[in-house]
Amino acid sequence: MTVFVNQQPLEVSAGTIVATAVAMAGITQFRTSVLGQARGPICGMGICMECRVTINGQTHSRSCQTVCSEGMEILTGG
Amino acid sequence: MDKASLDFDIVVVGGGPGGIAAATVAAECGARVAILDDSPWLGGQIWRGFPRQRAAPARLWLQRLEHSGVTPMTGTCVIAAPARGCLLAESQAHSLTICWKRLIIATGARELFLPFPGWHLPGVIGPGGLLGLAKNGWPVRNKRIVVAGSGPLLLAAAAGFGKLGAALISINEQTPVTTLRRFALQLVRFPTRLSQALQLRVFTRGAPYRPGVWPVRADGEQTVRRVTLTDGLKTWTEDCDILACAFGLTPNVELPLAVGCGLDGEFVAVDEFQQATMEHVYCAGELTGIGGSECAQIEGQIAGYSAAGQQDQARSLFRCRARHHGFRSHLLRAFALRPEVIALADDATILCRCEDVTLGTVRRFASWREAKLHSRCGMGPCQGRICGAATKSILGWAAESIRPPIVPSRVESLISGSCGRAGLRL
Repeated sequence: MTVFVNQQPLEVSAGTIVATAVAMAGITQFRTSVLGQARGPICGMGICMECRVTINGQTHSRSCQTVCSEGMEILTGG
Repeated sequence: MDKASLDFDIVVVGGGPGGIAAATVAAECGARVAILDDSPWLGGQIWRGFPRQRAAPARLWLQRLEHSGVTPMTGTCVIAAPARGCLLAESQAHSLTICWKRLIIATGARELFLPFPGWHLPGVIGPGGLLGLAKNGWPVRNKRIVVAGSGPLLLAAAAGFGKLGAALISINEQTPVTTLRRFALQLVRFPTRLSQALQLRVFTRGAPYRPGVWPVRADGEQTVRRVTLTDGLKTWTEDCDILACAFGLTPNVELPLAVGCGLDGEFVAVDEFQQATMEHVYCAGELTGIGGSECAQIEGQIAGYSAAGQQDQARSLFRCRARHHGFRSHLLRAFALRPEVIALADDATILCRCEDVTLGTVRRFASWREAKLHSRCGMGPCQGRICGAATKSILGWAAESIRPPIVPSRVESLISGSCGRAGLRL
């Protein structure tokens, strides 16, 4: 299936989680911290909230707990 | 989903090995059982990855769970326990009230992260967390990975990265070599554990396993590029793309506390039937002590049988559990943290990653509560789950209470959160 990471199309297999798709797109900065630092996931299991991205317009979505769906739009760095 | 379908005899929270075992045996005894998990699939962290690629025993347990008639509720996060016998939860689309006669909590553990300069950089990640992501396709092939921290998970995760084609640089375990050697000798009494460890070492061949070594800082611009390691005498750097680092595991006790369960040290206190200090509430797995997935499966079954009223069947597993608990106490002793790793952060190091509060700022206050009120540390989206555990290790402060909602949740879920006339008091 195709998802869009920062508007760029990316082919992923069914069952791929959003965090995986973001990393596959070569992106390391998932979000920007309060003081402007680059951040990425540290726990990988839905607890640390560092993997937050915007998914289909929904801000602060945990990318590590969300499964990709066809045409999903993912925005990072927010 | 209609409301009637959300009344269960037994509700299991946590879909890892312990929760799956508990739910399965309870349903096989004839109880109406639901199992809830925050993740998109059952299996917990240890059996995480692509659901179809699972090996035994995960596959066997999940097949048995399916046949047992348990109602699986994945992608469902418990946000509060507004009244006895009732949980408030939310999924992506729904806010749910779920009622129980018996509650089994098996929410497992998370990795313990201790701050050090540069730990906030992307690419610094828990070894267990990264393994779960890598099994789902997170790219690790040919990536230079330094593994550091403490606990048997380091070797297991490193082996996983090795299998997936990563360029493992080194595995660094803070436990001193003498302690580790004593632990290894004890393993002779647990032959399956010994063979597991030896098998893992096969996949990490080529990368040194260094006891008595720990990280002191990570450097890089947008992502980690270098890690500085020490053995207490000399200090050196290693280039890497990923630093997989955590200092053991810490139990997810937020829900047991919200329900009113008492603790024994940092773990939930349970009796021989896995019942917590509250009647009809059971806890199993890492919540009650870090014993690994085999131990969690036994404890889960004991909790499941006990909750279903089959005490004799629960009792038949006591001996097996005692053996696992023997191993558990060896683990606890062997991987105790040395004082140096607790003191890695300096005053400029970010302690609270959600609100970017430094250790220097937090240190000025007298308690966790005071620090929270004045600096916002621990008040961000993770609700202190990462920095709270670190602060407990560094400053010895414990979280004083748990208040609903126990995770960030939608306002409509909170508004809908009434159980009879109890309501949700925030």
